[in-house]
Amino acid sequence: MAKLLEVSGLKAYYGSTQALFDVNLALDQGGVITLLGANGAGKSTTLRAICGMVRTGGSIRLDGQPIGGKATEDIVRLGVGHVPEGRGTFARLTVDENLRVATHARRDKTAVERDRDMVLEYFPILKERLTQQAGTLSGGEQQMLAISRALMLGPRLMLLDEPSFGLAPLIVQEIFRIMRRINSEARVSMLLVEQNAALALDLADHAYVLETGRVVLSGEAAVVKSDAAIRKSYLGY
Amino acid sequence: MEQLTQQIASGLANGAIYASLALALVMIFVSTDHINFAQGEMAMFSAYLCWQVMQWGLNFWIALPLVALGSFLAGVAIQRMILQPLHNAPVLSVVVVFIGLLTIFHSLAGGIWSFTIKEFPSPFPKVAFAGSGYLGSHQVGMILVTLLLLFGLYAFFRFTPLGLAMRAAAQNPGSARLVGVRVDWMLALGWGLAAVVGAVAGTMVAPVVYLEPNMMASILLYGFAGALVGGISSPGGAVAGGFIVGVLENLIAYFGNLLEKTSGIYVIGNGEKLSVALVIVIIVLTLKPDGLFGQVSIKRV
Repeated sequence: MAKLLEVSGLKAYYGSTQALFDVNLALDQGGVITLLGANGAGKSTTLRAICGMVRTGGSIRLDGQPIGGKATEDIVRLGVGHVPEGRGTFARLTVDENLRVATHARRDKTAVERDRDMVLEYFPILKERLTQQAGTLSGGEQQMLAISRALMLGPRLMLLDEPSFGLAPLIVQEIFRIMRRINSEARVSMLLVEQNAALALDLADHAYVLETGRVVLSGEAAVVKSDAAIRKSYLGY
Repeated sequence: MEQLTQQIASGLANGAIYASLALALVMIFVSTDHINFAQGEMAMFSAYLCWQVMQWGLNFWIALPLVALGSFLAGVAIQRMILQPLHNAPVLSVVVVFIGLLTIFHSLAGGIWSFTIKEFPSPFPKVAFAGSGYLGSHQVGMILVTLLLLFGLYAFFRFTPLGLAMRAAAQNPGSARLVGVRVDWMLALGWGLAAVVGAVAGTMVAPVVYLEPNMMASILLYGFAGALVGGISSPGGAVAGGFIVGVLENLIAYFGNLLEKTSGIYVIGNGEKLSVALVIVIIVLTLKPDGLFGQVSIKRV
């Protein structure tokens, strides 16, 4: 199958500090991969590098087309929905405006309508909150809004940066259940960064473990999950 | 009493101009955190351009849209060519650029059109308003045009996708990029719109203060005061602040004159109204640093 995302020899820099060293990743059309690892391993940086938010080296290909060095907004417009760390919702815009701003560059009006119905069906709570300022939502609702906003871009690929962060277990389960549906029903491929390895390995078909900016291990999610030694030494559970 | 009403009415008329300028300042401030000190001179230059186009024989109402368009393009160009390359520069460098722009526009206007005062005819027909005598036709027209402009901008930001994208870019540039907003262009667009607002303010006030390169100096100060009083982070607040400052300065002069007439003691008059207005601004800011209507954003973590 054709690779939707192919990252090879990826390096990333914050100023003169190198944060990633030759990271290689591949994501199949319709697949889900997860990046695991401790704090500071470079998981978020990898997502930021793919979106052109940090200075990078190496090659990043989306559907075979190189996207390295492009501006963030151009990469996003190619169908990459990034749900950033800390959610990044527009606190002083309403929920409705948060959803609409993601569609401002889209011309396919009917598809936009369909996507809107879809996200409101996934997250019905947002329908009740449409006129509220996003800053007044609970953490879980904000995460739902951030995912919904990325979906309103009509993405082929979603980059999710710790969607479980700071949320109650029940809410996390709910969000992961919806993410599974988004992947299977809306056919959106996902690159998921998570601290919660058990949860991420359930959803993903392939896993990569990062340590200090390098991929130290990769394999099928089921294998990584069942390997006690890997779990102990890298994933801490 | 009648005199008081008249003072308030003409305060509102001046306030409309301060409000426009305050809005122009706020539009650039909310997206870049910079105060464009050259905003007044840009408005003055637009007023001269309008006068020039009228000298060539065009009607004001044809000249104004042309000049507004030209100002828009100039605003966009200034942002793209001068400020964009400086987006990582320390704030003082940007301030120097603003002061540079100020002097450039100032001396350009003086060089092209000379520093002698020119008359700028009012574009509004002289009609008496239904028995009021409170306001001249130009003042009424000035208020109407300004309100029209303000409502137009409000509708643009509130109801159009582009306006929404601009608000998103101003609020959180990083997130805005992640939803595909071309943030740099939104900033340029903000500059363009601010220049248009300035152009309208300049041409509206020119018949009142006459045309000369210094015409906007004190008006910019009032506009700045209005923006601060209302809240520099809030467009609606800045507009309200502009009107408040406009009325306030007239009331100060009015009560000062009244006091002098009744008690014979001169405390304040026309000469001091700017200083007193600014003192009031300082008091407001001491008590409410975000301004009267400054946005207190609600956040739940």
